Amino acid sequence: MNTPVKEDRTAGDRLTRYPKHIREDWFGRVYVYLCVALMVVTIFSIVWFIASKGLNPFVSGAIGIPDLLLGHVWKPEGEPPLFGALPFLAGSASVSFIAAAIAAPFGFCAAVFMTQIAPKLGRTVLQPAIELLAGIPSVVYGFVGLSVIVPFLRDNFPGQGFGILAGAIVLSIMILPTVTSIATDALSTLPAGLREGSFALGATRWQTIYRLILPTTLPSLLTGIVLGISRAFGEALAVQMVIGNAPHVPRSLLESAATLTSIITLEMGNTVGGSLHNNVLWSLALILLLMTFLFVFIVRMLERRAKR
Amino acid sequence: MGEKAFFTKDLSVYYGEKQAIKKISMDFPSREVIALIGPSGCGKSTFLRSLNRMNDVIPGARVEGQIWIDGRDINDPATDVVLLRQKIGMVWQKPNPFHKSIYENIAFGPRYHGIRDKKKLDEIVESSLRKTALWDEVKDRLHRSALALSGGQQQRLCIARSVAVQPSILLMDEPASALDPVSTAKVEELIAELKREYCIVIVTHNMYQAARVSDKTAFFLMGDLVEYDTTQKIFTNPSHRSTDDYISGRFG
Ligand SMILES: Nc1ncnc2c1ncn2[C@@H]1O[C@H](COP(=O)(O)OP(=O)(O)O)[C@@H](O)[C@H]1O
Ligand SMILES: [Mg+2]
Repeated sequence: MNTPVKEDRTAGDRLTRYPKHIREDWFGRVYVYLCVALMVVTIFSIVWFIASKGLNPFVSGAIGIPDLLLGHVWKPEGEPPLFGALPFLAGSASVSFIAAAIAAPFGFCAAVFMTQIAPKLGRTVLQPAIELLAGIPSVVYGFVGLSVIVPFLRDNFPGQGFGILAGAIVLSIMILPTVTSIATDALSTLPAGLREGSFALGATRWQTIYRLILPTTLPSLLTGIVLGISRAFGEALAVQMVIGNAPHVPRSLLESAATLTSIITLEMGNTVGGSLHNNVLWSLALILLLMTFLFVFIVRMLERRAKR
Repeated sequence: MGEKAFFTKDLSVYYGEKQAIKKISMDFPSREVIALIGPSGCGKSTFLRSLNRMNDVIPGARVEGQIWIDGRDINDPATDVVLLRQKIGMVWQKPNPFHKSIYENIAFGPRYHGIRDKKKLDEIVESSLRKTALWDEVKDRLHRSALALSGGQQQRLCIARSVAVQPSILLMDEPASALDPVSTAKVEELIAELKREYCIVIVTHNMYQAARVSDKTAFFLMGDLVEYDTTQKIFTNPSHRSTDDYISGRFG
């Protein structure tokens, strides 16, 4: 007679939460929060560390910000020591932008080829080849640059071969995968109907690529270029091996120069922690960090435009 | 029935080994609406695409037979595909406006065909939008993105875009099947209006739509043209058993 009541009770029992599930849930949540907290703490301490060290020369009044940013002469051992970082700013900016200018057309063409012209060949040959480029260590790029590009420039142009142009060429190959893969993603996520719509209006394939596809994907293509520039800006080793490392503002692409990253790697070993010279190198690191922020910001803006 | 806009003769289309269209011969009169009906996969889209050589870009697709327009076989290697596609506009099921302003969407085709003059382009944009009954809805935002339009407006924009290059034939592949009933009604009104100037070939899955908008109806089955007659005849007194079965929904 009271069978239904019993059944109700069992049903109710079955719906009670298992202690095991509660434990697992709690454990998972704690684990995730811990990881996130650790990451945030790490990132902020890195930024704080670089900023405190890098701002030290200005706070202590040893040099002024304009001295660093606009000064032409870098003589840390001089009397008084001079810390003009303009040559490095100019070097970093010029190698990065020239590298991007070289890589962009190649990247676009590779992406157009892979998505619009010969997808099969692109996927089986070109894409793996370009992905391979991304995996080569930068010291190998530097080595190849040193043994191939520098001698080539030396034999065919005035100068020693070391310089902005050599650095830019090496960097352009290094950032090619970034530019290409972002352009390929952008082109392959275009709605399929767009191309057909253009063909149906009588456009040829080249007109369609040039007048419709490139303009439509421009924000994403620019994102790829900015990420490429950002990577080039931060690359130290390969550039340092081919740029010549002469701390003055270069007057031509074939003259030796130096970049923010190359001067940091070259000089950090010769300085004592806490010395002015060491702290100024941190200031250069701070500049690199700020540039990275700027690039991230630009990429965000472009992505927002691409979504529209 | 007036003059012929174009006709096909023994038109076959293959995808690799598979024959999707089997020797179809059909006449298409000017200034009439011809509906293509039939179950999914019977080759309606394939047939439509072969009419402006959009099958060219599909790997493995091969076309045999003839399609005559203006005294010329369009499958003749000497036929200029650009000029052909200018004569034959096409609209798809899913509206595919370009990621540009409304104005640029319409001006796009004429620009390809060499019209640079701003005043001329303005005129074409206005007249194309008027023909598709969009002008009053969009005249204040011609330079805003076409993607902000509703689905129905986008579809009419795509029709306007085709009309802008002054075709004589319009191909429509289920132009209303992704639209709500109100937008569908507008597109149907538009078709009735446009047929004064163009030969319109429309693929549709909606029997009522075929009955409402078309003058002639062709019933396709597994790549064959089973029956092609006036819409009146097909829907009231079809000659073939399978046509009758299909339009009365007994298979599908
Ligand atoms: N790109 C293609 N490659 C291979 N086969 C295709 C392709 N497009 C369509 N087909 C085949 O051709 C036949 C007709 O397709 P389709 O013309 O799309 O039919 P419908 O539009 O009447 O539904 C179908 O069997 C389909 O599988
Ligand atoms: Mg279809």
